[in-house]
Amino acid sequence: MERIYIFKRFERFWHWSQALLIMFMLLSGFEVHGSFTLFGFENAVAYHTISAWMIITLWIFAVFWTFTTGEWKQYIPSMEKVDAMIKYYITGIFTNAPHPFKQTRLSKHNPLQKLAYIFVLVVINPIIWFSGWAYLFYNDLAVVGLQGLPLEWIAYVHVIGAYMMLVFFIAHVYLGTAGHTPTSHIKAMITGWEETD
Amino acid sequence: MKKQRYIIGYLLFLIGGVMVSSAGYASAKAETMQKPAAAIPATTANTKKAKSNSTADHSKFKELDKNFNSGPEVTKACLTCHTEAAKQVHATKHWTWEFINPATKRKLGKKNVINNFCTSTKTNETFCSACHVGYGWKDDKFDFTEEAAVDCLACHDTTKSYKKIPGLSGHPNYKKMEWPPHSGKFRPATDLKKIAQNVGQTSRDTCGGCHFYGGGGDAVKHGDLDSSLKQPGKYLDVHMDAKGLNFSCGKCHLSDSHEVSGSRYAPTSIDKKGAIMRGKAGERNPTTCVACHDNAPHKEYAKLNDHTDKIACQTCHIPEFARGPRETKMTWDWSTAGKLDEKGHPIKINSSSGAVAYDSKKGDFTYDRVVIPEYKWFNGEVKFTLFGDKVDGSDIVKINDMMGGPDDPNALIWPFKVFRGKQPYDVGNQTLAVFHTAGKDEAAFWGNFDWEKSMKAGMASTGVEYSGKMAFVETEMSWPITHMVAPKEDALTCAQCHKENGRLSKVAGIYQPGTNSTPILDMLGSIVAWLTLLGVIIHGGIRVIQSRKGA
Ligand code: HEM
Repeated sequence: MERIYIFKRFERFWHWSQALLIMFMLLSGFEVHGSFTLFGFENAVAYHTISAWMIITLWIFAVFWTFTTGEWKQYIPSMEKVDAMIKYYITGIFTNAPHPFKQTRLSKHNPLQKLAYIFVLVVINPIIWFSGWAYLFYNDLAVVGLQGLPLEWIAYVHVIGAYMMLVFFIAHVYLGTAGHTPTSHIKAMITGWEETD
Repeated sequence: MKKQRYIIGYLLFLIGGVMVSSAGYASAKAETMQKPAAAIPATTANTKKAKSNSTADHSKFKELDKNFNSGPEVTKACLTCHTEAAKQVHATKHWTWEFINPATKRKLGKKNVINNFCTSTKTNETFCSACHVGYGWKDDKFDFTEEAAVDCLACHDTTKSYKKIPGLSGHPNYKKMEWPPHSGKFRPATDLKKIAQNVGQTSRDTCGGCHFYGGGGDAVKHGDLDSSLKQPGKYLDVHMDAKGLNFSCGKCHLSDSHEVSGSRYAPTSIDKKGAIMRGKAGERNPTTCVACHDNAPHKEYAKLNDHTDKIACQTCHIPEFARGPRETKMTWDWSTAGKLDEKGHPIKINSSSGAVAYDSKKGDFTYDRVVIPEYKWFNGEVKFTLFGDKVDGSDIVKINDMMGGPDDPNALIWPFKVFRGKQPYDVGNQTLAVFHTAGKDEAAFWGNFDWEKSMKAGMASTGVEYSGKMAFVETEMSWPITHMVAPKEDALTCAQCHKENGRLSKVAGIYQPGTNSTPILDMLGSIVAWLTLLGVIIHGGIRVIQSRKGA
């Protein structure tokens, strides 16, 4: 068995902070939405707003880190081996077939992962961010020429983004167990070291 | 392990971040959650006479140092110095009881409107004029140009001993008299000299002398104005709080040349221009909340300011009306009036709370306290159903209909007391009826309990002959709620609206998070989320089974 150092310290910090914040935002957000009562509406609004600012801060650091370290290249999508990955998830994974993708320092995400993350990056996040900002500054939208944009539309878009994030979250947590061993990815994200064959 | 310590470290940091920021929020909130002080009893409040700030001591004026025989005599004395006062009063609606509706240009005012309480002043002036700022209005021959007929004391008394008695055409009692009628209690003759020598600014007592008793008794009409506001505690009215800000009515209802600001005929529903700087009022209404508080008054929770484009301040800050000890009247059914006992005498039946639930003169009443208002869009325009407007008994008549809707940029969601009743209309003439109630004559309903005579006399006063057929029609009046502003800790909480079937659930055209108002989106979203979860569980399940087999 081989071990390689995949996730640097900042990356791990970023990942887990983001994970917590997103779980928290899902909880508080869907409470604001009216799906259930947990913290109480007023608190949920406060928590959601506070965690929105926290996740924004985190993101600024992450973007900075990703670009200064050149790690952004990890997210360049490609269709290569996507079919192999799909096949692996549909059959190979059940029969202990070898993983079609070999993680390396320079390529730490498998092609499906890349696609998923790029989707989060260019679709889900912008939906949530832009609608979230509009929601937050709803009465000052005239500043950006969006006066008269109904709150209802903003909320619709934001909620659609939230459901997408929820779906991503469920799949993402599960696929976290789909490494070489069920816990290898998770350990890697904690310690930085991934076990490969 | 060192790494683990890091992990735990930043987890704590993260959780701490959320906790600290929200704790700040929570403690700020807790501070405002102290229990409201109950309304303070009048005796402990500052009932002793406040020192006057006036530069004139009226008791030193020789013009006032004499025994007056009547109100007009006092007025003449006032006018010797205040030469323009009567002319100013003549121009106000307190005097004319007339008001041109800016929306429709039709004539409103007490002289013209038929409401669903005592209905109309016509033919009943001797009684109604107890709340007119004049002396002697008893029929349609009253001279509205007579300066000595202006009643200065109704508004400027400071002794609390001046009282205009219904039935005396706007005069107080100059002789000792039994009051209330048949009560065995007697009012001493009004001491005009003492009252004249102690005149001062208007007060909650003088304004309240009429406005707290609208509709025929304490707390009856408005729901947000009653005698508990004479010495209110903070809980009842944060501005008038006798031990706190202690506002008089005039503090908000600024007046100029005797014209008092604020109106229920043409209310200001919205003012986007913000607080009024001294000297810059122009045509703006100085009585609004915004006039002092501006349009973004919430400093602690700025999100609340995002509500001010749709929701009137009153909607959250007056969570209920009639929040004091008095019950306000909620319904009035004239159709049952006139039942007499076996001896032919009128009867009164009290409700369990002691309020009059039935009165032969007036019919059936219901009352309520701490009432949740009804909420409606309102842009400041009011359409009235006036005498002569078609009423055929098929619909509920909206005596004053509040205009505005969600797409109207000048409309906000306001709280209202909606007062419902049944009252006479003239079937042949298809109009709300003017009928004669008060007086010592034959036709007065309150003496004779004869609808036909009362209708005949009332309708005749309008110039329209009674058709001979009357019936009762359901009516509604809306009273914007704006007084009895609660301290901020007693304002509505977010979740009183932001929940399913919250306070504003019946108001059209607003999106409120937390009310489950996107059912289709939620259905689709949760189906996809559940399917994902199901897929994951099946996929994982197969993996587990397969790995067991392999092992
Ligand atoms: C994982 C990220 C997020 C999720 C899952 C999420 C989810 C939600 C949901 C479900 C709602 C309820 C919407 C409604 O019913 O109308 C909501 C409200 C809201 N969200 Fe988000 N949200 C996220 C991130 C953000 C971000 C980044 C911002 C700001 C930039 C934001 C700002 C808001 C605002 C302002 C509201 C309205 C309630 C409030 O004032 O707190 N959200 N969110």
